Amino acid sequence: MHSFGYRANALLTFSVTALAFICAIASFSDKFSNQNPSAEIQILNINRLKKQSYGNDEVSLTLDISADLQSLFTWNTKQVFAFVAAEYETSKNSLNQVSLWDVIIPDKEHAKFRIQTSNKYRFIDQGHNLRGREFNLTLHWHVMPKTGKMLADKIVMPGYSLPDAYK
Amino acid sequence: MMGWIGETVDSIKSIKIRQLLTQAVTLGMIVTSALIIWKAMMCVTGTESPVVVVLSGSMEPAFQRGDILFLRMTKDPIRTGEIVVFKIDGRDIPIVHRVIEVHERKTTGKVDVLTKGDNNDVDDIGLYADGQMWLHRHHIMGRAVGFLPYVGWVTIIMTEKPIIKYLLIGAMGLLVITSKD
Repeated sequence: MHSFGYRANALLTFSVTALAFICAIASFSDKFSNQNPSAEIQILNINRLKKQSYGNDEVSLTLDISADLQSLFTWNTKQVFAFVAAEYETSKNSLNQVSLWDVIIPDKEHAKFRIQTSNKYRFIDQGHNLRGREFNLTLHWHVMPKTGKMLADKIVMPGYSLPDAYK
Repeated sequence: MMGWIGETVDSIKSIKIRQLLTQAVTLGMIVTSALIIWKAMMCVTGTESPVVVVLSGSMEPAFQRGDILFLRMTKDPIRTGEIVVFKIDGRDIPIVHRVIEVHERKTTGKVDVLTKGDNNDVDDIGLYADGQMWLHRHHIMGRAVGFLPYVGWVTIIMTEKPIIKYLLIGAMGLLVITSKD
């Protein structure tokens, strides 16, 4: 009853159980955090709206993105992944979502920012539907914990539109 | 040396049949309970792999090699930002990356999905099968909803150095046979 094997087994079982319990509590504590993130996106310029040589419409734009995501960080937060996506509808597709820009925010200090940038990822349609197209810009965030449940949400900003002609 | 061999042979001979059978049944019960729990998790989470181990660094710094991810698959539509686990046709290894583009057809509700690892410079087109431009719903096994660090290293070590797996199983077998209760 007091052999090394029994003691090692009991110790191992207890420590694994205790660790699992601590991880669960850490994750649960995230429920009590008060979160009010805010963001604003302006389109500074539509650089190009063109038809690719082998088919689809492509647009290149410059964005001014400002956001305050500091309230998302808790002691159990490892990083926040934020990205901006354009959402629009076409005759063929009920929903198109194209990610334009993203950032990995490692800590609270970096979570309040303003950046002017052209789109990091190419904005290409399935077809020729972008002229005059109205679209929403959404800022999504994904809170990745040190342990436990991940949390994701977004702010939708409607009312943007593309030029009526290729340029 | 001879004395030790004699002692081991004696201890093996002295195990009663009933005791041995009890131990075998107990072992069988443990293995079966583990299987039942695994299958139950498959039902609850809706995916055939409720837990996966992160194998590459393409989602760092969020997920490192050796972390485990808890997956869930629901009928909800697939949307950008979700971290999904998918398999390419003809390949066994599940890949954990983020959805960066979604195009959903009005008529059929089917989706074209493009993914990218957070830590990669380019999207996953190079990973898909030849001529494949998009992922579809049937490629996706589940969404990551939770995570635990470091716990998956056990699986990685046992997969990449199978000798450790055999050593462990051999040692467990020896323990079962020679333990006195």
